[in-house]
Amino acid sequence: MIAIQRSYAVEKNDFTKAGEVSSNIKKIMKQVGVEPEIIRRVSVAAYESEMNIIIHSYGGTIDFMITPEYIKLVACDRGPGIENIELAMKKGYSTAPQNVREMGFGAGMGLPNIKRCSDEFIIESEYKSHTKLVLVFKQSM
Amino acid sequence: MTVAQLLNNLDVKLLSGKNDLNKKITGFYIGDMLSWVMAKAEEGQAWITIQTNLNVVAVSVMTDISCIIIADNAEVPPDTLIKAEEEGIPILQTSLSAYQIAIKCAGVDAHG
Ligand SMILES: Nc1ncnc2c1ncn2[C@@H]1O[C@H](COP(=O)(O)OP(=O)(O)OP(=O)(O)O)[C@@H](O)[C@H]1O
Ligand SMILES: [Mg+2]
Repeated sequence: MIAIQRSYAVEKNDFTKAGEVSSNIKKIMKQVGVEPEIIRRVSVAAYESEMNIIIHSYGGTIDFMITPEYIKLVACDRGPGIENIELAMKKGYSTAPQNVREMGFGAGMGLPNIKRCSDEFIIESEYKSHTKLVLVFKQSM
Repeated sequence: MTVAQLLNNLDVKLLSGKNDLNKKITGFYIGDMLSWVMAKAEEGQAWITIQTNLNVVAVSVMTDISCIIIADNAEVPPDTLIKAEEEGIPILQTSLSAYQIAIKCAGVDAHG
């Protein structure tokens, strides 16, 4: 398998394009023949990360990399950052506004889902600055 | 059971995905909170919900859901249907409640 790298911009509140980055990432993984179980975990993590940037941030990027050993996702945004990461990681905690809740978001399950799906999970956030997620998925070759 | 068989056995209307009816349904999941569906729904399951916005298609694609069954005749916007057609996700709509759909599906399931 050859190494592949992609970088995508994700805009704030752009619900018409919501899920496009994750769909794209999923298609690439299928094309290069990643194991279905890994495709599913990466897809779920990518979608939750993409939606968090759209809903909670001022906009950002998702970087995606496949190598024979691992798949890596880096979701980084331009703020406003997370004030209390421990609280944000709790199942059920959400600050999603009402209009977004009506669409079915705001269960407070996104970050826990991302953590559960990834083999390595790093969240870094500086309040009033940025949030960055680094996710690694191991490929057993 | 396939999506086509479900369509024949349930009083539902097919709104999208007519070319993808041979997909196998491996079970059912009911839910309206997208992250719960992402966490709990399994590959091949039919998803019963009243959510109809564009995001239901992406969630179905990410989790490999076989089809979406819209309960209580919740109205499905055109952009959702266009996206579902593109992605090959059948959307079925019915006036039945999620509970009634579940009972009927259990009946169909048991009979093959
Ligand atoms: N990129 C981000 N920037 C700023 N805040 C964030 C970001 N991602 C998450 N958060 C904060 O963490 C909370 C929990 O996020 P999580 O994804 O778990 O739940 P949610 O997005 O609110 O709901 P769900 O993902 O279940 O639809 C959010 O409500 C928000 O306050
Ligand atoms: Mg979220």
